[in-house]
Amino acid sequence: MTSSMLFNVTTFAYLVSMLAFFAFLAGKNKNLGLAGSWIAFAGLAIQTAAIGLRWKESYDIGFGHAPLSNLYESVVFFSWTIILIYLLIDLKYKYRVIGAFVVPFALLGMAWAQLGLNTGIEPLVPALQSNWLLYHVITCFLGYAAFAVACGISIMYLIKAAHDESSSSSSGGVIAMFPSTRVLDDLNYRAIMIGFPLLTLGIITGAAWANYAWGTYWSWDPKETWSLIVWFVYAAFLHARITKGWVGKRAAWLSIIGFAATIFCYLGVNLFLSGLHSYGGGK
Amino acid sequence: MSTANRSFSQTIWDFFCSLKLTIALLISLALTSIIGTVLPQGQIPPEYVAQISQAKLQIYSKLGFFDMYHSWWFIALLYIFSINLTCCSIKRLPHVFKFISEPMLVLADSMRNSFALKQEITFATSSDAAREKLSQFLQESFSAPVVTEQDGEFHLFAQKSAWSRLGVYVVHLSILVIFIGAIIGSLFGYKAYVNIVEGTGITSVQERSGKEVPLGFEVFCSKFDVDFYTNGAPKEFRSILTVKENGQPVSGYQDIKIIVNKPLTYKGITFYQSSYGKAEEGGEHFFSVSYRSGGAPERFPLIAGAEKTFKNGTTLKLIETTEEISRFMPDYSGPAARIEVTRKGQAPATFIIFQKFPEISAQRGDEMTFSYEGSNAKMFTGLQVAKDPGVWTVWLGCTLMVVGIFIAFFMSHKRVWIVVSKGRARMYGNASKNQAAFSMQFETLSDKLKELKF
Repeated sequence: MTSSMLFNVTTFAYLVSMLAFFAFLAGKNKNLGLAGSWIAFAGLAIQTAAIGLRWKESYDIGFGHAPLSNLYESVVFFSWTIILIYLLIDLKYKYRVIGAFVVPFALLGMAWAQLGLNTGIEPLVPALQSNWLLYHVITCFLGYAAFAVACGISIMYLIKAAHDESSSSSSGGVIAMFPSTRVLDDLNYRAIMIGFPLLTLGIITGAAWANYAWGTYWSWDPKETWSLIVWFVYAAFLHARITKGWVGKRAAWLSIIGFAATIFCYLGVNLFLSGLHSYGGGK
Repeated sequence: MSTANRSFSQTIWDFFCSLKLTIALLISLALTSIIGTVLPQGQIPPEYVAQISQAKLQIYSKLGFFDMYHSWWFIALLYIFSINLTCCSIKRLPHVFKFISEPMLVLADSMRNSFALKQEITFATSSDAAREKLSQFLQESFSAPVVTEQDGEFHLFAQKSAWSRLGVYVVHLSILVIFIGAIIGSLFGYKAYVNIVEGTGITSVQERSGKEVPLGFEVFCSKFDVDFYTNGAPKEFRSILTVKENGQPVSGYQDIKIIVNKPLTYKGITFYQSSYGKAEEGGEHFFSVSYRSGGAPERFPLIAGAEKTFKNGTTLKLIETTEEISRFMPDYSGPAARIEVTRKGQAPATFIIFQKFPEISAQRGDEMTFSYEGSNAKMFTGLQVAKDPGVWTVWLGCTLMVVGIFIAFFMSHKRVWIVVSKGRARMYGNASKNQAAFSMQFETLSDKLKELKF
């Protein structure tokens, strides 16, 4: 058994989970929602094993590094963190339907990684040979994943809010199953409350590493700058929540814009701009 | 007049205390920061200059877009941001301190209805005995209470983590500390680089602006090495450095191995392994020549600019060499040499021979085939050099920020009151954040309260 096979199984599990969630939305059968969650968590378990196995495989071929070194590995890890954060939120708040808006992000990541990216295990260039790699990548991606979950919740918020405005009677429909806007707003905040400290840690560990490896903790490299842009957007979100006139829809939009900036920080910078973070570039 | 003045300064003060300004600044900082990630910063490459119009180039340079993070308007935004968060903190901190130092010990009648979390019990003993019992209960199950008597009622007040209300101000402070660290670094530090050829030392380094900075000591590189992975990518490159003062090695700084991610620091100046190469000057270059008519290839050394004449009268002159041809000819790679070959009685012909692509020379079909076998030129190690006395201030700021964010997000100020009147006690609870988690804690507390025996 190879890690690559397990990653394929994972992708398939997320696909089935997403379909179960969609069927749950359409048919309102509670068991389908339950199945969606459990299949996603089974996928998470398999993916965890696969990441571990890939780590071992890298030692077997003599490179010996954590599977966090190139675009493929980071996308896989990103999917893993998204489902992990979803699992935490599901365990704590039990709003199953959120899965329908979060699992697709993870599926998209896995499908892209498995079908469109170079899956080979590559040796680590000297710049990445440091324990900081682990701290930096893990904190950043857990943060990104929390923002992905927040974005899914914000989309739900906007759909729900639009629905509440247009129809006075909340009679049936898929949207009736959504948690109330108040709950969604609160969950959005909670997801960002997980993401923001992690992003902050990610930026700080990145700065510490840069200082250790290059002697400068901040050089306005596009990646650094974009991570700061993301930080600014979510800082604005956090202050918006305590400001009149910025709660609700505007906060939801800030969360969605924040995630768009996150994705650009993660992928756009590598694909369109040049800088210190060498993975990606579509190679 | 004075009222007008006051109202003007009041307007300014209100402007800088406003949260709307904070949001506007955060969004402006986010949006303007994008410019510097799209346009080249610092040295503008000539290809870029060629592709944009002169007018645009002028406007962009006027606006400081090519060094935007140091432009006056970006720095101004950061200053306004600092003033904003300082003012916001100054405005709110006294309230918060008051909240912490003068807690609401007595719960007035009018307040009691506003609590979502409450629990009432009745008892048959005297109020004094109940007060004792309930004080002990709070001390054991929550936190030690302060007891106040008012209008025949006892007010028991207990709180936890009151200081957690300061978390957000710790975060604000941390941003200022980081800025101060950055300013210290830019005033008293520098970033530079230096190349050291194996077997030599340097006593000064060069800033990006081209300015030479004397170190006050010597850094000597005795050896440089590179390991490669089988696919040709560099695995590790390392320099062996020795720090010398007045020509003498400094003990503890002799033959130190530095690699990427493992720098050397001496007297606050840090040397980082960053690049390497072969020294272009000096050293001998090795060539070989083989004859189409047969016979053993002949190997010979040449230095740049030198000539060699062969038995058949042909002369070879070495014009120049490079360690990496791909800079000039992207289709090729590796070392290459430009040579001038003059056959007896003919005009000189110039061509390039590649160490990695000997077949190209052979394809020429001449009587003599030359190949380039590289040089014994020494390696040089490329080091980044940094002195930044502000860096520890920055780390202090970062630590404060992490601690502050943790307190601000994950800790809350929890308060519990018990109002003891004749025959009954009412308990109220409130938390500054995360009411959901606190309501569970309050329920547990209520259950224990109901089980109390008087």
